Amino acid sequence: MTDTTVFVRSQMEPAALPPKRSTGLVAWLRTNLFATPGDTAMTIIAMLFVAWLVPPLWQFLVTDAVWSDPEGLRGEACRFEGVGACWVFIQGRFNFFIYGFYPVDQIWRVNVMFLLGIIFILPLLVPRAPFKRTAAVMFFLVYPVVAYFLMAGGVFGLRPVPTNFWGGLTLTLIISLIGIIASTPIGILLALGRQSKLPIIKAFCVGFIELWRAVPLITVLFMASVMFPLFMPQGVSVDNLARAIVGIILFESAYMAEVVRGGLQAMPRGQYEAAYALGLNKPKTMGLIILPQALKHVIPGIVNTFIALFKDTSLVSIIGIFELLNTVRAAGSDINWSSPTHAVTGYIFAGFVFWVFCFAMSRYSIYMERRLHTGHKR
Amino acid sequence: MPDKSVPIETQPARVPAQANSAFYNDPRFRAFIYQGLLVVGVVALFWWLASNAQQNLAAQNKQTGFAFLDQPAGFGISFSLIPFDRASSYLQVYFVGILNTLLVASIGIVLATMLGFVIGIARLSSNFLIRQFAAIYVETIRNMPLLLQLLFWYFLMLNALPAVRNAITLPFGIALHQRGLNLPALVPDDRFIFLAVAIVVAVIAGLVFRRWSLKQIENTGRRRPVWLPMLAIIIVPIFLVYFISGTRIAFDFPELRGFNFRGGFTAPPELTALVLGLVVYTAAFIAEIVRAGIQSVSHGQTEAASALGLKEGDRLRLVIVPQAMRVIIPPLTSQYLNLTKNSSLGAAIGFPELVNVYVGTALNQSGRAIEIIGMAMLVYLTFSLTTSIVMNWYNSRVALVER
Repeated sequence: MTDTTVFVRSQMEPAALPPKRSTGLVAWLRTNLFATPGDTAMTIIAMLFVAWLVPPLWQFLVTDAVWSDPEGLRGEACRFEGVGACWVFIQGRFNFFIYGFYPVDQIWRVNVMFLLGIIFILPLLVPRAPFKRTAAVMFFLVYPVVAYFLMAGGVFGLRPVPTNFWGGLTLTLIISLIGIIASTPIGILLALGRQSKLPIIKAFCVGFIELWRAVPLITVLFMASVMFPLFMPQGVSVDNLARAIVGIILFESAYMAEVVRGGLQAMPRGQYEAAYALGLNKPKTMGLIILPQALKHVIPGIVNTFIALFKDTSLVSIIGIFELLNTVRAAGSDINWSSPTHAVTGYIFAGFVFWVFCFAMSRYSIYMERRLHTGHKR
Repeated sequence: MPDKSVPIETQPARVPAQANSAFYNDPRFRAFIYQGLLVVGVVALFWWLASNAQQNLAAQNKQTGFAFLDQPAGFGISFSLIPFDRASSYLQVYFVGILNTLLVASIGIVLATMLGFVIGIARLSSNFLIRQFAAIYVETIRNMPLLLQLLFWYFLMLNALPAVRNAITLPFGIALHQRGLNLPALVPDDRFIFLAVAIVVAVIAGLVFRRWSLKQIENTGRRRPVWLPMLAIIIVPIFLVYFISGTRIAFDFPELRGFNFRGGFTAPPELTALVLGLVVYTAAFIAEIVRAGIQSVSHGQTEAASALGLKEGDRLRLVIVPQAMRVIIPPLTSQYLNLTKNSSLGAAIGFPELVNVYVGTALNQSGRAIEIIGMAMLVYLTFSLTTSIVMNWYNSRVALVER
């Protein structure tokens, strides 16, 4: 072979045509809905699914639904063929769903409690709000006491209201708030204990965490409601609600401990060494160096535990406590309201309320995570 | 510089100044005290609880012990995998409960895995609509309590489904109606055992062959067919045994006779609603795990695999899936465990699983709170410990593969 082949272009290649449409609606449709034949088929199936699902749903929830009950017919208003959602049921029993059996003339106390809670928690949730420390003390230490006396009464001339009159969304919020406030510190302590070098403390914490994580909450609640009284001294009776709350706290603190442990394990050893090199002792190392970072790492996990706890409060209905779900069930079996759809409307309502709270929590945690995601950017 | 010949007078090493460090600052002493306090506290608490329990039980004239397990339970159970009647003992109630729990858990785990993987992959789809559907599904289902969903499904089962006469029927006699779900059942004849053995042996042989040929590919670098021979190894012997042994596979199809369906396997509405609720709920969590797992494998891995010249299938099988599975499997097993524990919510809709029949009915009748709750917790504890032992083994295996 004598002639040499040269693989170098001597002329410019003519410029390629610009892509036909890379922006705008058509391009978006092309990339997101009709990119390939398979994609197109899926889009068509999805659209058929929407066409199959949405109109009946809309019909049930809106057009066929009973929105008002001017004559006070209650259940009868929804008792006809082809009725949709029975929204008058929600309107009629709204106070019951929110306040449970709380005496009607005392409901202002619950409202005051809600209002105080919002006032104290807002500075904690809004990053730029002032008075963080005061608000934290107020919310975590003062507020539970004030709220308890507002609800239970018996002081300052407030009429006593026993806990079996508490109910509805109020009770759901109370149980979850107490659960969150109590299980977080216990969980952190358990997680620290699990990391400890002291064998007995470690074994105790591991045993505690694994025991509660292994069993379903419902058995814990049964235990709290059936076994707990057996273990108390004679003559001492603990309120049914308090027993359930203790069960929830024990259960959720074990989950919290595992989440926090994840954060602690993610801490590099160098952080401990640096803290010791600065002359900090164990508690200060933990409180000032390790925990703030570790907790920041696991915010999503912590909020997930909060969400799980909030959802789990619905289980106390099984041992006869009237939180939101149980009030909906109880109202659903009310003969005055009986109709083909009122019960399912109640479930939809309860589901929506739970959804709003849980969704808000998860969005807030994503927002917080982004805000705190500062130190890890390199 | 000191003269080398003169030994440098070294200062004595500083001993820890014991004079100003009190004994209570000694870590060993502290460790001893802290742990001692914990032990004393826990022992005292248990002793207090036990003595209270003893007094209470004595005051209520209640007996303790496990003698009640042999006594007849005296109540019926609506759904049981083993023969059960009113004369059966409490111990049999316990086993019926465990079996029903396991039944729900195993069906639920299989279906939830399938649905969860489909939705998890759909969340990463390039198709906008599919992606949005998956996201809406996950965000809706995850943020509502399972108990509420179960009650909802159970309510729909009983109220929105047609009566038996107008049951929704599918091929093979599958029928869905207010009284549950009818499925065809396999009726084995006396020679069916040959076929069953053949199936097990053939599947094992097929898997061994697959392993061997993949190893061959790795060792020689020469491609050889894997899937088709494997299928042949599995299917051919099964058919041979089927024809030679003359087994007749009969299915018992449900049929509408009179006012009810006869034949086949009937899942009561409680079971159907419980499985449906658990599957729908758990699938949302599995979908998130799958999505996170797939996203955790960085795009560079795909590119590196293509740069090495791996084909699409090999890229997934050898590079992407193993790395994603390492992230997916630990949380996935904990979801399986959650599903098993959540099956206890069947108690709320009246499915006779462990908590319902044993912690509920049996406890109410016998009054042995401590024994019964202890035994029920033991079951869940066993599930959980077994899972975590398997998980630890898996984790150590995966960690070895890693580096």
